[in-house]
Amino acid sequence: MPDVSMVVNGQNVGGSVEGRTLLVEFIREKLGMTGTHVGCDTSQCGACVVHVDGKAVKSCTTLAVACDGAKVTTIEGVANGKLHPMQEAFRQHHGLQCGFCTPGMIMAAIDMVNTHGKKLSDETIRHELEGNICRCTGYQNIVKAIKAGAKKM
Amino acid sequence: MTSTGIGARVPRKEDQRFITGNGNYTDDINLPKQTYAYFVRSPHAHAKLGRINTKAAEAAPGVVAVLTGKDVEKDGVGGLICGWMIHSKDGSPMNAGPHPILAHGKVRYVGDHVAVVVAETQAQAKAAAELVEVSYKVLPAVADTAGATSAKAEVHDGIANNLVYNWSIGEEDAVNAAFDSAAHVTSLDLVNNRLAPNAMEPRAAIGAFDPGTDSYTLYTTSQNPHVARLVLSAFIGIAPEHKLRVIAPDVGGGFGSKIFIYAEETVCVWASRKVGRPIKWTGGRDEAFLADAHGRDHVTTAEAAMDADGKIQALRVKTTANMGAYLSTFASCVPTYLYATLLSGQYAIPQIYAEVDAVYTNTAPVDAYRGAGRPEATYVVERIVETAAREMGIDPAEFRSRNFVREFPHQTPVIMCYDAGDYQASLDKACEMIKYGSFENRRKKSQKAGKMRGIGFSTYIEACGIAPSAAVGSLGAGVGLWESAEVRVKPTGNVEVLTGSHSHGQGHETTFAQLVSDRLGIPIDQVEIVHGDTDKVQFGMGTYGSRSGAVGMTAISKALDKVEAKARKVASHVMEAAEGDIEFKDGSFTVKGTDKAMAFGEVALAAYVAHSFPTTEIEPGLKEGAFHDPANFTFPAGCHVCEVEVDPETGVVEIVDWVAVDDFGNIINPNIVEGQVHGGIAQGVGQALTENCVYDAESGQLLSGSYMDYCMPRADNFPTFRLDFTITECPTNPLGIKGCGEAGAIAAPPAVMNAVTHAIGVKNMPMPATPMNVWNALKSSV
Repeated sequence: MPDVSMVVNGQNVGGSVEGRTLLVEFIREKLGMTGTHVGCDTSQCGACVVHVDGKAVKSCTTLAVACDGAKVTTIEGVANGKLHPMQEAFRQHHGLQCGFCTPGMIMAAIDMVNTHGKKLSDETIRHELEGNICRCTGYQNIVKAIKAGAKKM
Repeated sequence: MTSTGIGARVPRKEDQRFITGNGNYTDDINLPKQTYAYFVRSPHAHAKLGRINTKAAEAAPGVVAVLTGKDVEKDGVGGLICGWMIHSKDGSPMNAGPHPILAHGKVRYVGDHVAVVVAETQAQAKAAAELVEVSYKVLPAVADTAGATSAKAEVHDGIANNLVYNWSIGEEDAVNAAFDSAAHVTSLDLVNNRLAPNAMEPRAAIGAFDPGTDSYTLYTTSQNPHVARLVLSAFIGIAPEHKLRVIAPDVGGGFGSKIFIYAEETVCVWASRKVGRPIKWTGGRDEAFLADAHGRDHVTTAEAAMDADGKIQALRVKTTANMGAYLSTFASCVPTYLYATLLSGQYAIPQIYAEVDAVYTNTAPVDAYRGAGRPEATYVVERIVETAAREMGIDPAEFRSRNFVREFPHQTPVIMCYDAGDYQASLDKACEMIKYGSFENRRKKSQKAGKMRGIGFSTYIEACGIAPSAAVGSLGAGVGLWESAEVRVKPTGNVEVLTGSHSHGQGHETTFAQLVSDRLGIPIDQVEIVHGDTDKVQFGMGTYGSRSGAVGMTAISKALDKVEAKARKVASHVMEAAEGDIEFKDGSFTVKGTDKAMAFGEVALAAYVAHSFPTTEIEPGLKEGAFHDPANFTFPAGCHVCEVEVDPETGVVEIVDWVAVDDFGNIINPNIVEGQVHGGIAQGVGQALTENCVYDAESGQLLSGSYMDYCMPRADNFPTFRLDFTITECPTNPLGIKGCGEAGAIAAPPAVMNAVTHAIGVKNMPMPATPMNVWNALKSSV
């Protein structure tokens, strides 16, 4: 089994994994960090989004070995002493209900700001959320939260 | 009101853990020595089960056990049950076929559970499942709802015509007479498309047997853990009720699909004793599509009889409802008492007759999905009302006004007695918000841009908080539908509330705390809501049917009444005043006409130290419980209006505006209520525009078994919904609340389809209004 080492949320982690081990399995099962979720098996729902070297990726479709040497940030790693502005915005604007898609939504939202800047139109946000499914909120408050969170980043 | 009391837009208490990745969902839990289950599922829709050879699988790496239906039978474990008895029109009880947890004799749908492999890792279990050899003798299958009664395939041996029941409600002769004398009759053939609920968290379970105490623990993605325990113990017979603890931790959405007791969790509990280790099963989305209970799937012919003024005289409805291959937990009541009883809509209709054939098919079981029967009823009523108005040349808003119920209470011809409402008020407000008067200008503008614009109304009614228990019992329910609560005041005045309701996204930890905050005058931070654990909460009926506010919170309110009553007694002794002179307001007990005062926390402490009152008369402590059985359903209602633009070149429908004016009675937390409306509309729009469960009619294979084929609505499918509320208080609970969880999903589909048919000028077209369906409808109308 290949060895893999990476920096997850600022911590050096590693170990031997099966070649087929997915990044999300490595994070959830090996590291015991269960904030990253799996909601589908076709790379559609986005509940598993994390950042690898600063870019949003779907950890359900990324092999752990492909992240050897990478810097990975999960939902557990975005608050720095206090909540990240995007986390705070989701709470303030009721951008979540059951919470299952939320970690992926927040990670995708932060990436969206990194890519498109702090001034996001509703249209941009809705378009950019094509890879994230939420069944509870009808997206309205997620859009509101991302818009508000972006301004504060 | 306190700043965190009833009516306040309080951010949710539960959000902290969800936004930081600290939620605790079933799949996040791991137990020592845990094993993993993977199910061998039938690849055929209908087949005789031959020999199952498990040898190779048993010898595979990491495999702990391979179990089949024979092992289930050997252990005397019962099958899954349907908890609502429906009688056919002729008085005979419904035909309920067996529902084994692992198939026995036959498999009846693609995804049916044939065997379970338990192994050291999930990958090993999955790999070994491939090695289980099953011989099938494939039988003809039936997947088609309308064709089920005449199909060659017999899903359950001996159940003729695949007919579960032929049920009716209303006076057929009176309805026929009304049709004979009608000035105008409108008829519509309607299909309510089959949906997959798709809570984002797939179902999961961990069964664990403890030989030391001879007891079991089940962690499960359930909306009603106590009901799960009751069914597993009393009906399936796995363990005595007091030897089974069911925990439903954080649950990632339910929408009905997690009410039911399924084979997977039952197998995990049963098999955990056999293998002597905990067993975890986490479903994949593929399994969710195959084996989670689906929703809707009605084929209906509806007719409305009007007099010359457009007043509806009678409604006649004939529906075939697909139950799938087995009767799921509450399946039988959905197309009967949750459907036909709502066919009066918001209208005073003198006569209604409905007949429902429930049929077996070789498809996944169908049960309650957000709205459960009420969306199907609303679709029938609102589509036919809109169509009748168009046919008679009456403005659809005016047509509705002419027919609204205006006096309350109003007894419909289909059991329901509406208690309160003002349907004209919500219609008027919605018309004002959407600027109905200037629609024609907008239509012309769209036309110039090459688009066809349409507007559609949906003035819906729903019934929440099914009750009272005696009434539902007389209609066939196997359970009572009350709710329980316990309020435990701590010596410091902090409060713990145990509730039988279950939150899986609804925000009970916040709204229930708001009620306590309001009543006791303490901030919500000092209130903890406990739910979802049968060892903590004595009993509860769980959360579905928008019942947690009207029923669950009322139980808490009743317990709070008792807490307050006892606290007054304690306060009167401590402050040496007559009990009648004690006043309680904003968290402070005072003695009328004096400056004596005690904070709620001080009274709590006094109750626990018990120094200042005779404990022969007043027991120490401050803890009270209550069970609440409502006197009636509640009747939320409202008006949703949808405006669409259709591109005739492509058939693409864009929702360009949406207004919703809902009457939910009093509102506890507007943020949360609005969120429920948004989510409900999104699911309803999903049904109308994108979602559809499709089975191949011949083979019974599910063709829409992943997110690649089943089109979940995305953020860019929606405009910004514009919401407002009207309020008529519900008279049957002290909080005056009605329920808001399902309204959007109920209201939305006919609003969309009324708008689309209006835009393209056709009488009818099937859901979902995909570009292809719209394009075909446009072509056929030319």
